[in-house]
Amino acid sequence: MSHFLDRVETALRDPDLKTALGRATERLGSRRSASLDSLPDSDAVRDMARRAKLGLLRDLAGNLETFEKNLIKNGIQVHWAEDGAAANRIMVEIAKSRGCKRAVKSKSMATEETHLNHDLLEAGLEVLETDLGEYIVQLAETTPSHIILPIIHMTKESIGKVMHEKIKVPYTSDPEKLAKIARVKLREAFLSADLGITGANFGVVDSGALVLVSNEGNARLVTTLPRVHVAVMGIEKLVPSLSDLDLMIKILARSATGQKITTYTSLVTGPRREGESDGCQEMHVILLDNGRSRILGGPLAEILGCIRCGACLNACPVYKNVGGHAYGDTYPGPIGSIVTPGLRGIKAWKELPDASSLCGACREVCPVRLDIPRMLLELRKQAVEEASIPWALRIGLWGFGVAASRPWLYRAGAGLFRRASGLMAKSGWIHKLPGLAAGWTRSRDLKAPAPKSFQELWRQRPVRPAPAAAKEAAPVR
Amino acid sequence: MPKPSKVQLFHTCIINEVYPEVGLAVVNVLERLGIAVEVPLNQTCCGQPAFNGGFHADARKVARLTVDILSATEGPIIIPSGSCGDMLTHQYHMLFADEPDYLEKSHALSKRCHEFSMFLVDVLGIRDLGAHLRAPGPGVDSPKAAYHPSCHLLRGLGAKSQPQALLANVGGLACAEVKDQEECCGFGGMFSVKNAAISGAMLENKMRNLEASGAETVISCDMGCLLHLAGGLHRKGSKLAVKHLAQVLDEGMQGP
Repeated sequence: MSHFLDRVETALRDPDLKTALGRATERLGSRRSASLDSLPDSDAVRDMARRAKLGLLRDLAGNLETFEKNLIKNGIQVHWAEDGAAANRIMVEIAKSRGCKRAVKSKSMATEETHLNHDLLEAGLEVLETDLGEYIVQLAETTPSHIILPIIHMTKESIGKVMHEKIKVPYTSDPEKLAKIARVKLREAFLSADLGITGANFGVVDSGALVLVSNEGNARLVTTLPRVHVAVMGIEKLVPSLSDLDLMIKILARSATGQKITTYTSLVTGPRREGESDGCQEMHVILLDNGRSRILGGPLAEILGCIRCGACLNACPVYKNVGGHAYGDTYPGPIGSIVTPGLRGIKAWKELPDASSLCGACREVCPVRLDIPRMLLELRKQAVEEASIPWALRIGLWGFGVAASRPWLYRAGAGLFRRASGLMAKSGWIHKLPGLAAGWTRSRDLKAPAPKSFQELWRQRPVRPAPAAAKEAAPVR
Repeated sequence: MPKPSKVQLFHTCIINEVYPEVGLAVVNVLERLGIAVEVPLNQTCCGQPAFNGGFHADARKVARLTVDILSATEGPIIIPSGSCGDMLTHQYHMLFADEPDYLEKSHALSKRCHEFSMFLVDVLGIRDLGAHLRAPGPGVDSPKAAYHPSCHLLRGLGAKSQPQALLANVGGLACAEVKDQEECCGFGGMFSVKNAAISGAMLENKMRNLEASGAETVISCDMGCLLHLAGGLHRKGSKLAVKHLAQVLDEGMQGP
């Protein structure tokens, strides 16, 4: 069994995971619906948001150039990272050259993608995650399992256990007490850190501003207290202007958590200026490619319009059953099934686009109306063309193509299957199928084919008089 | 469109091989409405299994035959399946993107294709076929039926209300409320085999919700879903029956 299927089986055997995911996704889904209902013309807003994002992507290079110019005008230093390793290297260089020793981080999926923390620790820096969920993830030495709620897979009991074991506080599963304990730890870190690391939810091209949304206020502290702030941003996270940003802000939190807006929405436009008393002294942005420009202009380009809200995860019946870790990489759920093979290559990740029934619930909830099922189908086509597919499957589908395009052969094949099923079936049901088809009978019986096909019955049907109404419809001349 | 005097039936492979009685029910309903039904012989499959698996070249072989057979006919094409309907109406354009003549033919076909429930409600404008199921007896509640919206019908073709409208007008049938009614049943074609574990978990959720609804029958417009649900319910020893919408309407139109 493959690693992916292994992880799936493990996840499906975990009743606590099922409970945690079921509760969370149901709550998030209904809150999302309610909050979108409260947004006038939400459909139109989503359409406009999609147009803004996809329009920008049509000239991403030009927009990035303009964005860079405006960042620099704001006193922000700009770095370009071709891949994750480069981004991490740049971060370490900045830290070392500025004599930074302790970093605090707000939640950034881009830095998860590059495995930044690992490289920072190797380079001898201390890093503390300040988003409460990511803090727990860091303590538990695991990875986030959702784009918005890193510990959606954990119960408050398991969180209490982690904190008790890792930071030696008395065990409690009371969420308020746990949050208070974390706050004390995090406050100490905020005040003593010399490097603040964030991602960016959006980059506003015409203002040269970074936008950070958070509910905990940690992003604000990370960007203002330490003397150096470095943001890592995927090159696709741009929006043209503040009025486009307005569209995004209207739908991001609603889609993610059902809030009309997150508690804090920060526009960061540069380091502390002459005469200002707050803010970092030095600010950098690392623009991360890591495969994004390869997707641009191709059939998967649309995925670069994703605003990372997580609504598709909450709507996905597959995600709801297996959770984020089963997907095996940074981004789980429907978008992860496209982003991971898109950025990292289809060969190693062909199972992800397959892990979907193409139900379309994701497309229905996506705030920018990404056609996720279409992209999954595209990736499956790429997998057949480029990745190694079990030969039995290839032969099977080739056989299907040949037989189902030749009616006589199709009928012959169906007749054979009918006879074979007759031998396998008991009282019209097959309980165990062989070979590749065995998966069906793991959890279902298969109704045996009918003794006569519909076409055979139709051919044998006595000729009926044309229906009376049809005669009335005939024109009279 | 004025009521057509004749339609073509694209019966689908699952109905042809496993549930021919559903095909007959579709024909019965349409004939009672005064519409003659023709069945283009030699139709095989819309090609969706290969297409969904990423085997576009193989899918195209099958789709070309389907396009040829259907293009040789005229008039509306009735498809008693949301997934096949979606394949013919939308996905053929993706399949034939690089074959201009088949692309053109598939565009022409899309305009003629109608899923069964959408044909009745949207094209014929009928919601009430005068169907009545036999009353169970005095003082006994009408049997409850749970409607399962197949994903391709609901989201692919956008049929949010047509099957429900038809069922609401079937006398002697009560509609059960189903938790997470619009959630995928887990069939997804080859997904049911390639990702059998996840498919099984989704099936389990769906069966639990259907049984908890108090329904005696599950009704859907997609035999793919029903093949999968029926198989799971049979394995479980459940008393829940599965029926295609056409079978319920046919039964009801035969009179109490």
